[in-house]
Amino acid sequence: MTALVRLQGVSKSFAGIRVLRDVDFDVQPGEVHALLGENGAGKSTLIKIIAGTHAPDSGVIRVGDVEMRAITPREAAKGGIATVYQELLLFPDLTAAENIFLGHAPKTGLGTLDWNQMRRRARELLDSLDSHDLDVDVKVGALSVANRQRIEIAKALSQNARVLIMDEPTAALADADVRRLMIVIKRLRERGVGIIYVSHKLPEIFEIADRVTVLRDGALIGTLPIAEVTEQTLVTMMVGREIDHLFPKPEPNFGATVLRVSNLGLGDRVRDISFELRRGEILGLAGLVGSGRTELALILFGITPATSGVIELDGRPVTITSPRQAKTLGIAYVPEDRGLQGLVRPMTVAQNNSMAALSHVARGVFLDLRAEAAKAAAAIRQLGIRARGPDQIVAQLSGGNQQKVVLGKWLETAPRILIMDEPTRGIDVGAKAEIHALMGRLAQQGLAILMISSELPEVLGMSDRVLVMHGGRLVATIDRADATPSTVGAAMAAASHAGEAA
Amino acid sequence: MTVPAPRARRSSVARFVAAYGQEIVIACALIALFIVVSAINPRFLGANNVNTIVSGNAYIAVAAIGMSMIIITGHIDVSVGALIGVLATISGTLAVSGYPVWVAWTAPIFIGAAINGGVGALVAYGRLPSIVVTLGMLSILRGGLVSSTGGAWINDLPPAFQIAQARWFGAPAPIWFMVILTVLAFLWMKNTAFGRSLYAIGGNAEAARAAGIPVERRTVQVFMIHGAFAGIATMLFATQLRVIQSTVPPNLELTIITASVIGGVSILGGTGTVIGSTLAAVLFAAIGSAMIFVNVSAYWLRAVIGLLILVTVLADMARRNREFWSNQR
Repeated sequence: MTALVRLQGVSKSFAGIRVLRDVDFDVQPGEVHALLGENGAGKSTLIKIIAGTHAPDSGVIRVGDVEMRAITPREAAKGGIATVYQELLLFPDLTAAENIFLGHAPKTGLGTLDWNQMRRRARELLDSLDSHDLDVDVKVGALSVANRQRIEIAKALSQNARVLIMDEPTAALADADVRRLMIVIKRLRERGVGIIYVSHKLPEIFEIADRVTVLRDGALIGTLPIAEVTEQTLVTMMVGREIDHLFPKPEPNFGATVLRVSNLGLGDRVRDISFELRRGEILGLAGLVGSGRTELALILFGITPATSGVIELDGRPVTITSPRQAKTLGIAYVPEDRGLQGLVRPMTVAQNNSMAALSHVARGVFLDLRAEAAKAAAAIRQLGIRARGPDQIVAQLSGGNQQKVVLGKWLETAPRILIMDEPTRGIDVGAKAEIHALMGRLAQQGLAILMISSELPEVLGMSDRVLVMHGGRLVATIDRADATPSTVGAAMAAASHAGEAA
Repeated sequence: MTVPAPRARRSSVARFVAAYGQEIVIACALIALFIVVSAINPRFLGANNVNTIVSGNAYIAVAAIGMSMIIITGHIDVSVGALIGVLATISGTLAVSGYPVWVAWTAPIFIGAAINGGVGALVAYGRLPSIVVTLGMLSILRGGLVSSTGGAWINDLPPAFQIAQARWFGAPAPIWFMVILTVLAFLWMKNTAFGRSLYAIGGNAEAARAAGIPVERRTVQVFMIHGAFAGIATMLFATQLRVIQSTVPPNLELTIITASVIGGVSILGGTGTVIGSTLAAVLFAAIGSAMIFVNVSAYWLRAVIGLLILVTVLADMARRNREFWSNQR
């Protein structure tokens, strides 16, 4: 049988960094082909090459029988390749039917829109997706995420999609909606559609996939029928074996408890969280996206204050209601999205570096710009920031170096507790290892670190203890000695079963 | 961990050019204009003409200082022209009503700060876009002014009131105001935690808040400072002539905003200096005067300034896009 799409020896670099190396990949009609890998493994680049957003540097692509060097978005559409992105690209003020047929609406003989046909065909498409309850005249902005996703799928089908790329389709769905989506996907497969399914959730992959391809650091690790793999082999394939070398973790040296959290809650997003954090400890916080990890961090940093529970610093209860206050209490937060909450991009390294601790470089009302530059130069040296100097604009730095600037900014405040949310997301492998080494050193110097991470190897490699969250609750606490891919993974998986039962 | 030695430091000249590119461009344009026009008509360079050009437009430069701070913080104020019109009427009314001239001079500063403090509070705490609030303010001020004065002019202003006509140390007083306020504001923005926080808020308000900068309070404060600068601009504007027209000077807010933008203050916030906006205000005045000296219809002035706006904003966008794309993966 001919593959719907076949990639051979595809490579791609961005700004000199190899994100895909000589990768082969194909989708057959009527199969669900799961694509797995850690963040930064190259999954998104691969699907963007198939969707026509990126052109590969080398390699061959075949769509059906046509061989080409790169797919353009137009050719992708013509070849029946459609993508349902994680962030759904719909127009909230248009109706379901209008969204489905946007750009290829049926026309009447006079060239005007044929509304009757459009609504009727939208109805048929939604019915075929088991969405009989979804009104074609409702504005999309009023719909739930799950329903909007169905409209995206209907939109893809309305263009006769033969290859459907789904990028983490269940990341934002509730369990019941995930079940419905699985049914829809199985139905599409029966119709001969080839589905590329990107997900971090292994149980889903075992339920739905026919074959699975694992990428790591841009390289193809393997493509196997799902019957030939277990959860354990998949994790090993994703993580690789050299994991211990990647995480230089010095012997920890724990001190007194700095932070004690009891029964902390925020509405139904964070519920009944209790834990302790000691000086010199790196506490890993694992869990799926949406499990409440970031929400917990935002509570501790005062961005969204808690609605229940107690936070104690050095044994004294405190209420934290603003980042300003959190900073005064010695809490620092390196955010998940450094572009959004971390950096002021038009400012220089020195200006960003001193931003959270301006009083440290001020004499009276005036800033001591020389002292500021000296502090920035010291940070550049200590953190290994690759910049021309303190007066370089941070927008010009690479992701890893920008992250170090954000880290440096918070270290200037001399914090006692450092919260790091996805500290190495989207950062190349070398800078990653440097940031990990830094974290280890900082902990050794007595800093208490709470690290949120979606990357299992990072959690396992860096944490002295691992907390696992699910559905806003703490479901497991695992010591470093017992933390393995299977125990932490099992805690996360067990949690999802417990969640269903609840 | 090994760290490669930082690349050789760039020369201080190169860094100066990189940091103040737009200001240098405007200064060069200004110099080039003077050279070209005075070659055509030597009287253009006469001390009298230069003084007239600069002092007659100093109030625009002063108002543009406050406007630059607003835009650097990521906001905009389209009501400042109407505000100056209202403050001028208040100032003139006080002067003819027998209040001491210093009261007539300083009242607009406090009233301007108070009015814009209200605007700032709506923007900061009401979470309303500044363009919407100041558009509303524009109508309120303009309508209120015309209704309450009936468009009557204020005549018989006391001679002591005419501070814009004064000369100190051989130069017109407005030039002193413009130069000193520009330098002070520049140093204040560059060398104080307050000024730095405005750049941070304009560059990334979320990051500024996370770094502990009191974003709302600073927003109200910068609007108040801007209102105070509008008050000082009023003092220079209202005392130019023996009469005050109780109407809003047409297009004044646009001229002021334009001075900021052409001076290198990015309309997206976070960058620029008040030196650039002052130079740009002087440049407008010089272009206007030059057109008369080389016999071009003054009606072309707005078209030329409009062209300058487009070129500057395009250049700013191009620069930002280059930075944006060079960092995309």
